[in-house]
Amino acid sequence: MTKSTARDLFPGALEMMILESLRRQPAHGYALVQHIQQRSNNLLQVEEGSLYPALQRLLKANLVKARWGVSSTNRRVRTYQITAAGLRHLEQEISSFERMFEGISLVLTPGRSEAT
Amino acid sequence: MNWLLDIFRRRRIYGDLAEEMRIHLEERTEQFANEGMSRKEAEQAARRAFGNSTLLEERSREVWRMPFVESFGTDLKLVFRRLGKSPGFAATVILTLAIGIGANTAVFSVTNSVLFRPLPYPDAEQLVAIRLIAPGAAGLADFSSGLRLSSSMYFTFAEQKRTFQSFGVWNTGTASVTGVDQPHEVHTAWISDGVLQALSVPPVLGRWLLPADQDPHGAKPVMLSYGYWQRRFGGDRSVIGRSIAIDGQSRQIVGVMPKGFELVNAEFDVITPFAFDRNKQQLAGFGLQGIARLKPGIPIAQANEDVKRMLPIWEDSWPSGVKGFNPHFYEKNWKIAPAIRPLKQEVIGSVGNVLWVVMATIGVVMLIACTNVANLLLVRADGRQQELAVRAALGASRGRIAWELLLESVALGLIGGVLGIGIAYEGLRLLAAIGPADLPRLGEISLDGRSLWFTLALSLLSGLLFGSIPVLKYVGARMPTALRGAGRTVSVSRERQRSRDLLVVAQVAMALVLLVSAMLMIRTFQALRHVEPGFSQPEHLQTMRISIPPSLVPDPQMVTRMQNNIVDKLAAIPGVTSVGFADAMPMEGIESNWNGIQIEGKKSDETAPMRLFRYVSPGFFHTSGTRMIAGRELTWTEIYGRRPVAIISENLARESWGSASAALHKRLQDLPDTPWFEVVGVVEDVHVNGVQEKAPAIVYWPSMVEGIYGPHTFGATRGATFVVRSDRAGTEAFLSEIQQGVWSVNPSLPLASVRTMQEIYSQSLARTSFTLVMLGIAGSMALVLGIIGIYGVISYAVSQRTREIGIRLALGEQRGRLRWMFVRSALVLTGCGLAIGLAAAAGLVGLMKSLLYGVSPMDPVTYLSVLMVLAASAVLASYLPARRAAAVNPVEALRAE
Repeated sequence: MTKSTARDLFPGALEMMILESLRRQPAHGYALVQHIQQRSNNLLQVEEGSLYPALQRLLKANLVKARWGVSSTNRRVRTYQITAAGLRHLEQEISSFERMFEGISLVLTPGRSEAT
Repeated sequence: MNWLLDIFRRRRIYGDLAEEMRIHLEERTEQFANEGMSRKEAEQAARRAFGNSTLLEERSREVWRMPFVESFGTDLKLVFRRLGKSPGFAATVILTLAIGIGANTAVFSVTNSVLFRPLPYPDAEQLVAIRLIAPGAAGLADFSSGLRLSSSMYFTFAEQKRTFQSFGVWNTGTASVTGVDQPHEVHTAWISDGVLQALSVPPVLGRWLLPADQDPHGAKPVMLSYGYWQRRFGGDRSVIGRSIAIDGQSRQIVGVMPKGFELVNAEFDVITPFAFDRNKQQLAGFGLQGIARLKPGIPIAQANEDVKRMLPIWEDSWPSGVKGFNPHFYEKNWKIAPAIRPLKQEVIGSVGNVLWVVMATIGVVMLIACTNVANLLLVRADGRQQELAVRAALGASRGRIAWELLLESVALGLIGGVLGIGIAYEGLRLLAAIGPADLPRLGEISLDGRSLWFTLALSLLSGLLFGSIPVLKYVGARMPTALRGAGRTVSVSRERQRSRDLLVVAQVAMALVLLVSAMLMIRTFQALRHVEPGFSQPEHLQTMRISIPPSLVPDPQMVTRMQNNIVDKLAAIPGVTSVGFADAMPMEGIESNWNGIQIEGKKSDETAPMRLFRYVSPGFFHTSGTRMIAGRELTWTEIYGRRPVAIISENLARESWGSASAALHKRLQDLPDTPWFEVVGVVEDVHVNGVQEKAPAIVYWPSMVEGIYGPHTFGATRGATFVVRSDRAGTEAFLSEIQQGVWSVNPSLPLASVRTMQEIYSQSLARTSFTLVMLGIAGSMALVLGIIGIYGVISYAVSQRTREIGIRLALGEQRGRLRWMFVRSALVLTGCGLAIGLAAAAGLVGLMKSLLYGVSPMDPVTYLSVLMVLAASAVLASYLPARRAAAVNPVEALRAE
């Protein structure tokens, strides 16, 4: 049972989390992965590589921008930064996600007692 | 334009991406190493955590692409690269498809141009041919597909019409033109007012013929066809107002019709107006064709009602010319009734049947070609099976693999289609050159937009059709089996061979249907060749038309003298055995007169059966090789003496008096109050409308005759076809001697339609021989493709079973038995195909019944011979690979492991 609880994210979830992380501070890919894993208490099991297609989508949509630089560990890294459009997009996504989450919880709540 | 920029930026983007991902892995590896893993373990753990880097990189790159277009482009590139690697396969498939699609496109273009496209007149769907039927007029159906209109009907219909916008009558004929360089014969179209108005095609120069031009006492105008204007007047625009003499009548040129304009289905050089004299009209004289433009929205049924309403008016309006004639005779006894039909149907005639059959045949050839290509693809996919299985195991989806296979076959189809258009274009040029002259609308045939759409659709469809067979076979297969099967120790499974077997069965079945229909056409042709046409050795019969217009020789007696002189002059030419003439030769397509003929002593009622009339000279039958059954030919003395004598056809003699000899010295009569004619000879039946038509009953009158068409009328046949029997017929020198001979009698007599009887005869068979050639080509293509199919399947089976054969041989199998095993498997397939084909053929050949003559659609000879040919071909096609199988060296076959 415990094994099967690891489920795929819904489309757009990864992008949303990336944008949220970048809102706090610009970061490169590896740091983003680290950040998301720590924040989620390792509950989300995401293939690290799947970050990159998401980042490319965000780049293409001009929601983030990227720049090559040198990291604190003195490594050549590509740092991503959220844009103004990215911020707006994130607000919208979060509010629509919250509505969806609320809806799902409402549906699931009364059923919980019966299931146990 | 963002996407354009993207393409330029892309290289850098991809570079950044790869770099970034590499750094990520490095960082992760370092992290794990710091946590105490060995370098190697750390690398592996990092990769596991990262996921499938190739796939993820591909997904990331895809973000920057127009996914559909680009992956399509890449796939296409792959397809071409793969095809380039097997040029033999690609060339075979493309050539097969190009020929198949080309043939189909060509035939479709013909069908489209002839059957589907509207006639080249404005609002052509409103145009109708006014035809009448007269089921009560006995004998009429023998030589005419209906009753034509009379000139009195023209007056009634034109004045009383309610459903027609315009109505007119027309006819065609020939006339001689003098006054423009040499005297020559032209094709004339005679029209009444209303014909040009109905067709609504304006002249390219000058004006139409107008109602005023119909005045029998008024000016005499003429219009020219575009072709004649170009040929004779070099396209000179000042011809308007000039005069030419047509049959000795001076006529002023008032207009020129545009290029390509045809009067219904008639080509013509000049258009002249009828000038009916209203005061001299009678009911009878049914020789005109009617044409009308319906008022918008009027259905044909309503137009028929309109004509039905006008027929009694017509009967009451005009005299019959015969005393005591009941004016409602035509309605009561002949049961005359309208049978209007669309003008298009009139133009196309019965050629629709031929085209549909040819189209279906060529379509089946295409299907056979597709099965052959499918077979090749199956073999090819077999070779790729391991690759496909590996790819599936590595995560390629079934849809992806199916898409690639289909893309390859559709690409093949489209390349074949492009080449096919070239082939169709050439084919149509060839067709225009060799096609039957009686194919209507031949000049209009072209590759148009619709044909190109057809080609595209056909290419795509055939690509999908033959492409889907390997797709169904291999994409649906369970991959683990496929992977294992690709190992070397397994012989070919039955399952793999089965779809190829099915294709061969289908091929044999379709080839059988085609061969049966081709064979039926051959049998039809044979049957037609065995019909005695009513003349002999047509290749030695030189024919030509000579008309003597009244303006040149007014007196009929003098006309006959002149014709007699021509006969004598031509008979004196070295190598000529005999000479004669008639108003028309059989199968020449010249309209003949006919009327009801009374037999003396039989009860005289008003419905005497219709008989065809011909007017002949002495010696005509001897010259053309028509056998005299009884009695003798006419003599010049009888002709000059205007003696009431006639010759009749054998079937008329039998019908009227029981036998040919009994008919001699009996008498017959055309109209009441005209003289009785004595039968002096009976000749064999002549198939005047072509050998496939029944020979009609014919009365042969003397070339100069008195008393037909009423008492005291008398006339000579002015337009005559002369026939000369000679071994030299058709040679250049002979023709110029004939020309000299005729001109020595009168230098202003034009010779027209100079050809041998063989040409006339062949032309009458043109449609049948055209169908025969088309079906013959289709049938042989089917046979060859079928043989290739059987050969291919058996030899592939042999190559796949080499190991098994080796084992069998090593265990002591006889080589003869081994050969028989493969031949037998081919025969089993062929047998299944033949059984299915027989059932299909029996159902389908009924459709071509109207094209057959003298042979039943179930003709046993046809079926037996086709079965034998196919079975023999199957044995041959399988024997060659079977021999190869038996020649296998067991040691080598097993060592190849």
